[in-house]
Amino acid sequence: MAQLNNGVAASVTQKQPLWLLAEVTYRCPLHCAFCYNPTDYDKHTKNELTTEQWISALRDARKMGAIQLGISGGEPLLRDDIEEIVAEAHKLGYYSNLITSGVGLTEKRIQAFKEGGLDHIQLSMHDVTEDISNFITNTRTFELKKKVAAMIKSHGYPMVLNVVIHRYNIDQVGKILEMAEALGADYVELANTQYYGWSLVNRDQLMPTREQLDRAEAATNAFRERVGNKMKVFFVVPDYFADRPKKCMNGWGEVFMIVTANGDVLPCHSARVLPGMTFPNVRENGLEWAWKESPAFTKYRGMEWMKEPCRSCDEKENDLGGCRCQSYLLSGDAEMADPVCTKSPNRHLIDEALINSQNPLVREQPIIFRTDKNSKKYVEGDKERIEQFHALP
Amino acid sequence: MENNIQHSDIYAIALHHRFQWEEAQQSYVILFPEGMVKLHGGAGEILKRVDGKTTVGEIVVDLKTTFPDAEDIENDILGMFDLAVGKAWLRKLN
Ligand code: SF4
Ligand code: SF4
Repeated sequence: MAQLNNGVAASVTQKQPLWLLAEVTYRCPLHCAFCYNPTDYDKHTKNELTTEQWISALRDARKMGAIQLGISGGEPLLRDDIEEIVAEAHKLGYYSNLITSGVGLTEKRIQAFKEGGLDHIQLSMHDVTEDISNFITNTRTFELKKKVAAMIKSHGYPMVLNVVIHRYNIDQVGKILEMAEALGADYVELANTQYYGWSLVNRDQLMPTREQLDRAEAATNAFRERVGNKMKVFFVVPDYFADRPKKCMNGWGEVFMIVTANGDVLPCHSARVLPGMTFPNVRENGLEWAWKESPAFTKYRGMEWMKEPCRSCDEKENDLGGCRCQSYLLSGDAEMADPVCTKSPNRHLIDEALINSQNPLVREQPIIFRTDKNSKKYVEGDKERIEQFHALP
Repeated sequence: MENNIQHSDIYAIALHHRFQWEEAQQSYVILFPEGMVKLHGGAGEILKRVDGKTTVGEIVVDLKTTFPDAEDIENDILGMFDLAVGKAWLRKLN
């Protein structure tokens, strides 16, 4: 389950990679329309790190201060060494989290995770209806996910559900929360889609309206009021509807470090889209060098790199200029203020996207699902053919 | 401060939470799904004594003995328990 995580709760003075995200594979049996994995992930599916390489990366990152470990993908359970990785993580003192679609989780494996010391499992759910859930993942996985939820609960794990929100399920938020309650969830993250990778390709199809968003927030608040402390509900607000950008990853190279399936070390999930940058790889240089010295990690750390309007902005400490990838993906300029910001000269790009997504001619275009076949087209540079699907008639 | 903590109370670290010393940060932390809290000196000293067996009263006595120079720490300790219970870092056993 590929999710963005911007909700870091930590106060540190010294920059340490507190959070390590191990994207152990890009292979996935699901085909979610909103997946933020790179559209060309197919080229990273053949040179995955070995078990030994993962274990030594965990060891190195722990020495540097990493403590929260997310094991993600793709679908991590497609690897058969997750048990080993989890056990090693526990020995090293990580608080570890398996982020999964649930496909491939069996009694035998969950037993092994428990024995190995895995701390929690985060399961993705999509809707209260089988139709929407199966539609958006492009698979028949709805019933299976419910079974997996029960299995997680019965093994004494906290139940952490992640629900990506988009226009197909946003009107069901109240019911989704009730379903989560019935399943015994302890934490629910309602993660409004952020537009990277496949979700950017499908942005016009996934974007809700502002009215939908307001209703969803109201439903969430009403639910919180009723249920109280028993279940924690996080509502990740979609930045397109805000007038200031998010402090992406809590700052470039501040607390997050991602190691991808092929060993690339990234400060954020989608950093590889940025032009002219070479990212360190665990096969070549150690993690310590990657974090402290590599040009990729130092480039956008802090505020030195900024230009106007961010440079002289009195709010720059709040958001550090927003997201470099979003700025580049939408405007072609990685160093400009995030287009979400109303002070950015590129804000019109967001407003246009919001308007476009309400145009029935655009929003009813077919979704491009995250499949190996579609990804191969991106790898081959066949982007135009795919973009044609989205061109206005 | 409003305080619901009794000397006879016994607490343990909440389910799914972990309390540990972090060398890299030179402090105690509490870990839970999607989050982490760094505990400053005094808070760490208190929570490290929370073991599901010792009463709040015993912890107060222990801390007073360990830090004889600290003045009026009892209120601080009870306040810390109140906060930690409010944040659901601790669960009450009795
Ligand atoms: S396709 Fe779905 S389940 Fe698979 S990595 Fe992407 S978002 Fe996660
Ligand atoms: S101008 Fe730049 S620093 Fe100021 S609020 Fe906008 S994005 Fe943030």
